[in-house]
This record gives sequence, structure tokens and C-alpha cells, in this order.
Amino acid sequence: MALFKKKEKKKGNRKVTVPENLWIKCDNCREIIYRREVERNLKVCPKCNYHFRITVDERISSLIDEGTFEEFDADLESVDILGFVDTKKYTDRLAEAKRKSKRNEAVVTGRGKINGMDVVIAVFDFAFLGGSMGCVVGEKVTRAIEEATRREVPLIIVSASGGARMQEGTLSLMQMAKTSAAMKRFHDAGLPYISILTDPTTGGVAASFAMQGDVIISEPGALIGFAGPRVIEQTIMQKLPEGFQRAEFLLEKGMVDMIVPRTEMKETVSKLLGYMYRGEKKRASGKNG
Amino acid sequence: MVGQYLEFERPIVELENRLEELRRRSEVEEGDFSKEIEKLEKKIETIKREVYGNLNRWQITQLARHPDRPYTLDYVKMIFSDFIEIHGDRLFRDDPSIVAGFGEIEGRKVVLVGQQKGRTTKDKLYRNFGMPHPEGYRKALRAMKLAEKFSLPVLTFVDTPGAYPGIGAEERGQAEAIARNIMEMAGLKTPIVVAIIGEGGSGGALALGVGDRILMMEYAIYSVISPEGCASILWKDAGKGETAAEIMKISARDLEKFGIVDVVVEEPEGGAHRNPEAAAENLKREILSALDELEGMKIEEIVNKRYEKYRKIGEFKGGGK
Ligand SMILES: [Zn+2]
Repeated sequence: MALFKKKEKKKGNRKVTVPENLWIKCDNCREIIYRREVERNLKVCPKCNYHFRITVDERISSLIDEGTFEEFDADLESVDILGFVDTKKYTDRLAEAKRKSKRNEAVVTGRGKINGMDVVIAVFDFAFLGGSMGCVVGEKVTRAIEEATRREVPLIIVSASGGARMQEGTLSLMQMAKTSAAMKRFHDAGLPYISILTDPTTGGVAASFAMQGDVIISEPGALIGFAGPRVIEQTIMQKLPEGFQRAEFLLEKGMVDMIVPRTEMKETVSKLLGYMYRGEKKRASGKNG
Repeated sequence: MVGQYLEFERPIVELENRLEELRRRSEVEEGDFSKEIEKLEKKIETIKREVYGNLNRWQITQLARHPDRPYTLDYVKMIFSDFIEIHGDRLFRDDPSIVAGFGEIEGRKVVLVGQQKGRTTKDKLYRNFGMPHPEGYRKALRAMKLAEKFSLPVLTFVDTPGAYPGIGAEERGQAEAIARNIMEMAGLKTPIVVAIIGEGGSGGALALGVGDRILMMEYAIYSVISPEGCASILWKDAGKGETAAEIMKISARDLEKFGIVDVVVEEPEGGAHRNPEAAAENLKREILSALDELEGMKIEEIVNKRYEKYRKIGEFKGGGK
């Protein structure tokens, strides 16, 4: 115990001499970069434009006007429907994810303003069980879509997910149908939905609302696809080409509309909505007149 | 006796072989075999009831994938009086892992869409093991839009290990194709009856699986990921499929309890492949009854009820539910 403590202290000292807090190493270009600079740049590497994963709060503040965000349904919590135990209990996995994220689930939904325009937004947290969609994620996304439909405001979903959550079985799969049914009504109401894909967006989330946007935007370098690369490699028994399923590949294949760096995302979304949305009252008078 | 049997059926098969042998001997040899035959028949009945009456989810999975199990076009032959197949998505190519067309059941005209597996090696490759590419799903949607346009109900047969995970499939937007089908089916202005006849493999199954009445054959499975896939992720061991099948609760009876499946269609003892005509008869009866129910309803009511059906699927706590 004492030895352990000593070691820890030593490590702590080392931290002071080598200021890890001030400098970080880019996962992509391996350059040592000034942390403050990265943070000011919305966690995009100033040297190579690599987009680090960011937290839900960071994402919301990068898109939504300061002080305007109001969260929906933060109290919804997952239940262990199947009594699921693998190497760990599902309930333990949930508890751990909740403790680490200080939130109840893998998606945060709410309303706020983008340059003064009312929107409903959903943001995925990949750190929470891989952003997987179980009943609560499906329910929160569905409620957010319904709320946007009711308020007649644009919808933004920032996806980051490995897909449907295995631990809730076929009920997870059905969340793809539930969210898509709500999305159908939203589209039928003539409202704009901008889907923002971030690293990674695959499986059941990619194969439902993430690919149902009027305009689909991706962050640079994001992995996007139905099947994960490992599953594909196992199936076809060959190595995948470099850059396969990355945002740039999807743009080339016509599956996303544009790749937008994080630092320009808010302005791009705002500009697009300016074309696609004329406000709830104008829409109504347009319909009547 | 069927051509291919499963490991858990071995005790039955052994007794059945003995019975056959006994019957043959009784024809050519002197002596009375009737008592022995009767005894053996009773024993077979008992052991069948034991085995087939207590199938676990892994055994059901094996039945759902049985090489002799009736596939979409087998049911079409047995159930439909007429079927005209249509081909192609008008964008890339025709995908033979999905069949679509106009058909007639007992005088009722429908549009049928279903995944199709192959029986022989050559046919399996041609049908890509029932694993569709995006163009298959786009053909399916094209057929469903025809149904909407001409006010015909849609009938889908789901039988796929999953959407194909390959390079071309990804390049051509597998996720987009599935996402579009699910969304369009949710709002399609014509009745949709879905029958899960074999394997309901994840999003690739759901892309033909949104509807007003969900029928499921008794020994079909429907899951978010294959048991082997689940096992290889959670235990890093695809061999633990049996455990995964149990824990994911993927049988028709399980899904009926969760409100995902409306009607469980009974299969003959030992599975549909042991008596395909009987299985087809049961399926046909349930299809007709579902079509009858929906026929009397206004289309707005049908679409609204479809919305409510999916809207309420899910279990959680908090949020006033
Ligand atoms: Zn870098």
C-alpha cells in the first residue's frame, strides 16, 4: 500500500515536470500541440485538422447559442429487460456509464437557438456504451422529433453510435422503426432535418435517422457505414482499402452532402436552415395565403 | 424421414430408422412384428413430444436456418394461385436475394416482397445466402410504392441472416437503403402484412419488416444481431451462440410477449420442413385473416394505428411512462 502511494506520488511529480496538462499529442499526426490552442479550436488539431472526439456539452456549446439550451427527458432511465449478463451485468455497465458521464443515457436531447433560430437538437455520447440505441435512446430521439414537429422547428441530430444496443435485444431493433416513423411525420410536415454524422456512426443508428436527413453533413474523417469494418473484413476475407467508410469516401460515393469542419459547423447549419426554413409563423401564413 | 437432421434430433432419427427397419423386416420375414412396431411408435411419439415440446432458443435458431426449411418462393408456390415477378431497382441492378411481384391469394391481389435463400450451392451463391444489397432494398421499396399507387396490400416474407456486409453494399449506401425503407414503410398508405418465416436478421430484416400485422412462424427467429455475432462481441467467442440466443430472447413466443409480434403461426411438429404444406396452410390462414381485418379499415386509420404500434414499443423508467 505504502509502495503504491509512493509510486503514485512520483507519477504525480512527474506530471508537474512534464506538463501533460499543457501539451497533448495528436492521435493522428503525433505532433505535440498546445492544449489550450486545441480547445479554443473546438478540439480540432491545428496542425492536421484531426477532429478529436468531444463531449456532449462541448458539442452543444459549439452549435447552440450560449444560455439557450433546455434539456428534454433527462430523467429517462434504461431498465434491464432481459436480465442481460455477459462478462458483466448490463445493470453494472449502465451504472458505470452513468457515473462516468454524469448523465442517464447515450443521447442528450433538448431545444435551443442557432444564431437566434429555434431548433430541437439531439446529441449522441459515444462514451456512453458506444452511443448504442436501446429503448431510452429510441424514446428520447422519438420525443425530440415529435417535439420539433409540434413546435414546427428544424431538427438537428448529431450522431455517434455503434448501432442498436444488444443488451436490450429485439426491442433495440424496434427503436429504428419507432424513430423512423416519427421522422416520416416530421418530413411530411415540411420541416428541415439536418443530420450531422460524427466518428463513428454505424449500424442501427446509421440505418435509421442518421441517414434520413434532408441534408447530411459529416465531420472530416468520420467512420460511417452500416456494417463495421471488422465484420466486412471477416465476411469478404480481405483487407479493406485505406479510407474505406470514411467521410471523404462517402462524399465521393454520394452518400453525404458535404464534409464540414467542426469550427465551421454552426455557421453552415445556420446558413442551410436559412434556405430551408422560414419560421413557424411565415410557414403558416404561406400555407394559408 | 427428412433428409437432413439436427444434432438434437438424433435420438428421434435413430428410433425412426429402427422403426423403418422393423417395418421392412415385417414385410419379408415370418412372425408377428406388430406389437414391437406399436411399442416403438409410442416411444417415438413420447420422445418427439419431449424434444420438440421443449426446444431451447438455440435449437429454434437451428430450425429457423434448417437447410430444408421452406423459403419465400416455396411458400409462394404453396399459398399463391398466381405470381408475376418484377425485377430491378432501376438504378443499379436486380438483386436476386429479394424477390418482388404481384400475386393472388384466394382471389385477393397483393404485392409480395421477400428475401430469398438458395437451396443448392449454385443457387445459394445466386441468392447471396439471402443477404440483400442496397439495390435489393430499393427494388423492394419500388414494389411497395407500386402497391401504394394501385391500392394493393403489401405482404412481406422476412428471411435473411442480415443485410450483406461488403464493399459494394457499403459503397452504394446499405445504411441509407435500409433507413429509407423503414421510414417509407412506416408511412406507406396501404396495408402491410409482415411474415417472419425464417431468420429475421437485424436491420436487414426490419427493412422489410415494418407493418400493420406482424406474423412470425413458431420456429423463426428475429434479433438485433445474430447469436454468433453477439457472442463474438461480448465473449470474443462466436461459439457461445447458444448462450447468446438464450439471453437475447429471440423466439416468436418471446417477441409476442414484448409486443413486437402480433401472431405466432404454428408449425408442424419438428418444424416447417417436416410438413411444408401444413406450415403453408397455417401461414395462409393467418395472412388471410390479417388481410381481412385490415380491409375493413380506412387507410388513414391504418397508418395512424401503425404509428401507435411502433410508438409504444420499448421499456424504461421515468418520464411519466
Ligand atoms: Zn494532428
